[in-house]
Amino acid sequence: MNKLQEKATNLLKEGTVKLIIGFEQGNNKIRPLFCEKPEDVEKLIYSDDCSTNNAVYLTKKELIGNDKIAIIATYKEVASIIQLNKENQIKKENLMVLTVGKDGDVTELTSFEEMEKFCEESTPAPDPVVAALVERIDKMSREERWAYWKSELNKCIRCYACRAACPLCYCNRCISEVNCPQWLDPWKSTLSNIEWQINRVMHMSGRCTGCGACAKACPLDLPIGILTKKMSTDIKEMLGEGEGGNVLSTFNPNDKENFIH
Amino acid sequence: MNENIYLPHIMVIDKITVEAPGVKTFRLKFQNEEESKAFQFRAGNFAEYSAFGEGESTFCIASAPTRKEYVECTFRHAGRVTSGLDRLEEGQTMGFRGPFGNSFPIEEWKGKNILFVAGGIALPPMRCVIDNVLDLRDQFGNVTIVYGAKSVADLVYKEELEEWNQRSDVNLVTTVDPGGETPDWKGEVGFVPNVLDNVAPNSDNTVAVVCGPPIMIKFTFPVLEKHGFKDENIYTTLENRMKCGVGKCGRCNVGKMYVCKDGPVFSKVQLNDMVPEF
Amino acid sequence: MIEVMEKYIIKTEQIDTWLKRIIESIPRVLAPVSSGTKTEFRKIKSTEEVDNKSFTTTVSAKAAAFPPVETLFKYQKDGKDTTLTEESFDKYPETVLWHARSCDAMGFSPLSAIFDWDYKDNIYDERRNKLTIVTFACIQSDECCFCTSVGGGPGNVEGSDIQLTTLNATDTLVEVMTEKGQKLIALLPDIFQPLSEEVDKEAVLAKMPVRFTKEEIKEHVSNAFDSPVWKRQSARCLGCGACAFVCPTCACFDIQEDAHGSHGRRLRCWDACGFSLFTQHTSGYNPRPTQATRWRQRILHKFSYMPERLGVYGCTGCGRCSRACPVDMNLQEHLISIANSNHE
Repeated sequence: MNKLQEKATNLLKEGTVKLIIGFEQGNNKIRPLFCEKPEDVEKLIYSDDCSTNNAVYLTKKELIGNDKIAIIATYKEVASIIQLNKENQIKKENLMVLTVGKDGDVTELTSFEEMEKFCEESTPAPDPVVAALVERIDKMSREERWAYWKSELNKCIRCYACRAACPLCYCNRCISEVNCPQWLDPWKSTLSNIEWQINRVMHMSGRCTGCGACAKACPLDLPIGILTKKMSTDIKEMLGEGEGGNVLSTFNPNDKENFIH
Repeated sequence: MNENIYLPHIMVIDKITVEAPGVKTFRLKFQNEEESKAFQFRAGNFAEYSAFGEGESTFCIASAPTRKEYVECTFRHAGRVTSGLDRLEEGQTMGFRGPFGNSFPIEEWKGKNILFVAGGIALPPMRCVIDNVLDLRDQFGNVTIVYGAKSVADLVYKEELEEWNQRSDVNLVTTVDPGGETPDWKGEVGFVPNVLDNVAPNSDNTVAVVCGPPIMIKFTFPVLEKHGFKDENIYTTLENRMKCGVGKCGRCNVGKMYVCKDGPVFSKVQLNDMVPEF
Repeated sequence: MIEVMEKYIIKTEQIDTWLKRIIESIPRVLAPVSSGTKTEFRKIKSTEEVDNKSFTTTVSAKAAAFPPVETLFKYQKDGKDTTLTEESFDKYPETVLWHARSCDAMGFSPLSAIFDWDYKDNIYDERRNKLTIVTFACIQSDECCFCTSVGGGPGNVEGSDIQLTTLNATDTLVEVMTEKGQKLIALLPDIFQPLSEEVDKEAVLAKMPVRFTKEEIKEHVSNAFDSPVWKRQSARCLGCGACAFVCPTCACFDIQEDAHGSHGRRLRCWDACGFSLFTQHTSGYNPRPTQATRWRQRILHKFSYMPERLGVYGCTGCGRCSRACPVDMNLQEHLISIANSNHE
């Protein structure tokens, strides 16, 4: 057993936590692992390459309940936990956050300050493929962009894997599920698919941590991750780094409005 | 060419009755004479009612099949479609798709006594079979109706309740929940299962039909058992979220049973066998 | 056993010539087309568009008879009156599904079983009747495939009107199972040589070891309603609709209103039992309130309820659900786990 597995086994044996959310090797990808008994730990690994952002499970009451649990976290989980906490979705006393260093040592991040420090120190390098696509689209004219997004989002089948995979999409009733009034046509059509993505991205304004779980989840490999990435960059440029609260829920009369045409 | 099973009949709203706060009864007539003549249904069948522009909603057919000139439905406005229906006026058209589902096995009840137990907005699915039985009154033994609602205002079919009360061949017991009575209320006060217990129905040669919210049913079944009712003589109706009504959209199934095809009428024997997903 | 009516050999290099003739003769030809990093069935106008190297598509071919969105009827409100208009069947084109797989063709059986159960869905039937299915037998498979464990196989011809099997660099076997298939052959009869000597089709097919039988699964799951296995397997499920939407046999749909003031249409669109709101009542009560209950429904419906009520299983082992799933809910893995477990 490696140090992570040892730590996990002890936590479960001692009853310190009821559940450990980590990673395991799946069939063709790394996938989430839920350990409730010490025997489950033998499959536990640490990987930056998991197909999901496991912070998505932290808002699922039927999984977590009111028990203390532990989450084996990489950069993307920690960044999401920090944001979830800002939105009052985390009960810190019930959540143990564990990271694993290159040497296999297990560290507990006991406070949000430690989590922020961890994020600063382990911010992943920007994905060159994503950056290249953003640049390419940035150079397009409005007509070209419209044609690009129409042709991509026409393929979307509205499976909502993007929404399901995002740790910050935890609304009990998503806007796409409201029918009084029917904000979005729930069936697949180019226009309503575009409206869905716009809604999703708008509701991520200032909240998205850029983990890319949405893009990884899309079964059709649609470039939806770059929408939230670009939106995050745009917001930082237009409205500053986020002092004074959440972009979606804060209004400052001194906010710039020169980008509104 | 087979006909389009999703295409509703056009109905004209002949009469609207406000039964209770938020609850209305629509009396509907087929716009097309031939469709009206060809239409038949059995007590217990349900239909999909359209408010064009909003969608369809599932209600039982609340009128008796022995009354040929119209069909009736009773509903509470709760969501998008029922709110759309609620906005309609007499003379306007709406859609009707049905009849669907199975029905109460009334022929098997000939010569038996019948006990009807219903709560609140669940009187509509019972009213079709009550009226069916009353229209063929001499085929059946004693008829007892126990019906309750949250308050006096919430009782539906108030006129009908009066008619049933006046009949000497019907024993009607109405009740409202404690706190729901008015100063001039002459009926019982208490929850339906408790009132039923006091009525102490005789289970000899008697069929019991129970419709109500899940909580009422949960407490009524033990009362019936206490008074000697066997499961094969107890019938109820199930409700589930429905869309197509014809066993295809996959929404209403309870295990391998489809409420829209194998139900909505189920005997307690069938219920005992079904998985707890309703 | 499906009867093969006729067998031919066609020169592999001539297949595109035949396809060209098909495209010229049939209003709509659907084939696997490269789509970003994936391959999907799209309408083609030329043979070059076909992604011949593709192993399989992400989304199944069920859209050919059961599209993601289709009109049930149109309505027009006029004062107090309403007029309904049905879609003309002339709008549904004759279609050839080209280069599909055995698991795609087999998927139309459970679909037809559902849509023709008692009430005949004439909209589905019209599309299905106008569809001719040409499958290419599989010479490769991946870790998500398990067709042979559910009564299918890489060279299974059930549901196909024609199946092509590449025997070697020069020759392709052509098996014709139906009259619809014969009509396609008749478009260019000269390139088809009747089979003169038996060929070993099995030898070129992908090797697919049988891991379990569907009857075994049915037996296990039918007794497992209260088993903790559902919670365990579904813990990581995110409750999206990817598995249902890519599946060739999933037929659950929603009925919606596309309203534009006084006129509009009623349509149906794909839906999934995995969504939390699928069975929720307007009151807020939900008979399947947890992901575990919904996962159990998915498996029991496909492997127990459907065979019991309709005589057909709801799975062709194509593996699309497993490939599409963001959290690697690999159906074969889950079924093997169920088959190996003991339920009291």
